[in-house]
Amino acid sequence: MNAPKKPAIKKVINESGIEVKPLYTAEDVAASGGMAMVGEPGQYPFTRGIHREMYRKQPWTMRQYAGFGNPADTNQRFKYLIANGQTGLNVAFDLPTQIGLDSDDPLAEGEIGRVGMSIDTLRDFEIAFDGIDLKKITVSLTINGAAAILIAMYLAMAEKRGYDVKELRGTAQNDILKEFIGRGTWIFPVEPSIRLVGDTIEYCATHAPKYTPVSVCGYHIRESGATPAQEIAYAFCIAKAYADDAIKRGLSVDEFAGRLSYNFNIFGNIFEQVCKFRAGRGLWAKIMKEEYGAEKPGSMWLRMIAAGGGGGLTFEQPEVNIVRGAYYALISALSGTQTMALCSYDEAYTIPTEYSARISLRTMQLLIEEMGLTETVDPLAGSFYVETMTNEMRKKREDIMAEVDAQGGIVKMVAEGSIQSKVSARQLLQE
Amino acid sequence: MTASQRRIKVLLGKPGLDGHDQGAKVVARAMMDAGFEVIYTGLRQTPEQITRIALEEDVDVISLSSMAGSHIPFCRKLKPLLEANGLTDKLWVIGGNLPAQDHEALRELGFKGIFPSGSKLDAITEYIRSNVK
Repeated sequence: MNAPKKPAIKKVINESGIEVKPLYTAEDVAASGGMAMVGEPGQYPFTRGIHREMYRKQPWTMRQYAGFGNPADTNQRFKYLIANGQTGLNVAFDLPTQIGLDSDDPLAEGEIGRVGMSIDTLRDFEIAFDGIDLKKITVSLTINGAAAILIAMYLAMAEKRGYDVKELRGTAQNDILKEFIGRGTWIFPVEPSIRLVGDTIEYCATHAPKYTPVSVCGYHIRESGATPAQEIAYAFCIAKAYADDAIKRGLSVDEFAGRLSYNFNIFGNIFEQVCKFRAGRGLWAKIMKEEYGAEKPGSMWLRMIAAGGGGGLTFEQPEVNIVRGAYYALISALSGTQTMALCSYDEAYTIPTEYSARISLRTMQLLIEEMGLTETVDPLAGSFYVETMTNEMRKKREDIMAEVDAQGGIVKMVAEGSIQSKVSARQLLQE
Repeated sequence: MTASQRRIKVLLGKPGLDGHDQGAKVVARAMMDAGFEVIYTGLRQTPEQITRIALEEDVDVISLSSMAGSHIPFCRKLKPLLEANGLTDKLWVIGGNLPAQDHEALRELGFKGIFPSGSKLDAITEYIRSNVK
């Protein structure tokens, strides 16, 4: 090769710490590990997607985060979103509900119904979901510290309305470890909190086998300052901690692993994000199969919601966030997600209005109706760049997970705060 | 200037139930880098707790980080407590997710330094340095 006459071009390192070259060739793919982990969609190791036909068969579920005021206000917003084509619900609760306080608790003053809907009783749940067909619309509850109680309320409400709980689908976020890393709505200390998560996994495995009791959140870890590689690595470590707890209780991996799901974040470099998810699917399948001895394919699936993250949005020039949202939705579709959500453009400063929520919804629908994103599975596969970066992201992640193990495991690191300092240290560099 | 004679001592409070404390931690770090002594209260503080800490620690600045929209009701409860405890000569500052239409109300409640999300860290520390009595 010719020696460059001009000064060398600037070195580019992506957020995860991997160098990005100006050009990729077949040699780079081979040097990074080749195509061994690519496989076919719907087959182990599922790098290209957990289903054979993916969006051809069924487009992603659209599930905007919504909830405010009292249950009647929220019920109205739900119906508005469903009337506009939303296919799932993602329920926001206010902070008193999230940390298990009644609305008349003195600490709750000024917070009722502010960042989500306020729930005190089963009756509130009945009002919130009145007139909504729970078989057609799956409901995701964004609840963590108080998840055990709110899952119980949801199931009780459904049962009262005549649904068979054994057939009921839905999700609770219920990922308490990430509450200690970012977000902060924990109620109990780390160890008993994990036990409570285990209780819900065990209960659902036996009583509500189609219900997803945990959605492990890389999303908030990323929002708190983690790199895309750390986001996935720490989320996998957390999911393994819950899986270990379930196994200690005597459940077999195939009894519960198929009902674990993930919540990941999208902002930043398009290719880094897409490779993050492709690498994630292969690695999670490998972990479940090789480390946990899972046999059912469903236990090896990385099922996820990939949501356009608030961390990329800006307070100034908020209308530019609409454009960002469109790119995030594109990334999400190229990543093979099961469910999509977007932060609304005004989310950097307020609870989304009907107007802004509708723009987000239309953004996702455009990809299906006009842009052809549902026609072909994993369309970026085979790109020298994408396959190389997918391999490198997977390796990076394995290194981070090994580092967590070497330091005593994620539970210990969360309890002593060392994960939190790793993540916040990076946040400082960003601000 | 008295501020140059001793280190400026800042209480950084996290009012209410919101757990989003990354911003507060970043601001705490910036204040420390600016040479201030910072007392961070941790999450979920009541007006009573913040008043007590301000008194016990004898701080120069009472600052709050609020992300989840409860800033007005909270400050309404905090103001009379700070007044009753003789803390009106301290500098009251608030930052976080604070919509522009609330700034006037916050000023009337005694919070002269208002730093909505996106404010420069230097602007916060500079403001404190030049306004501490």
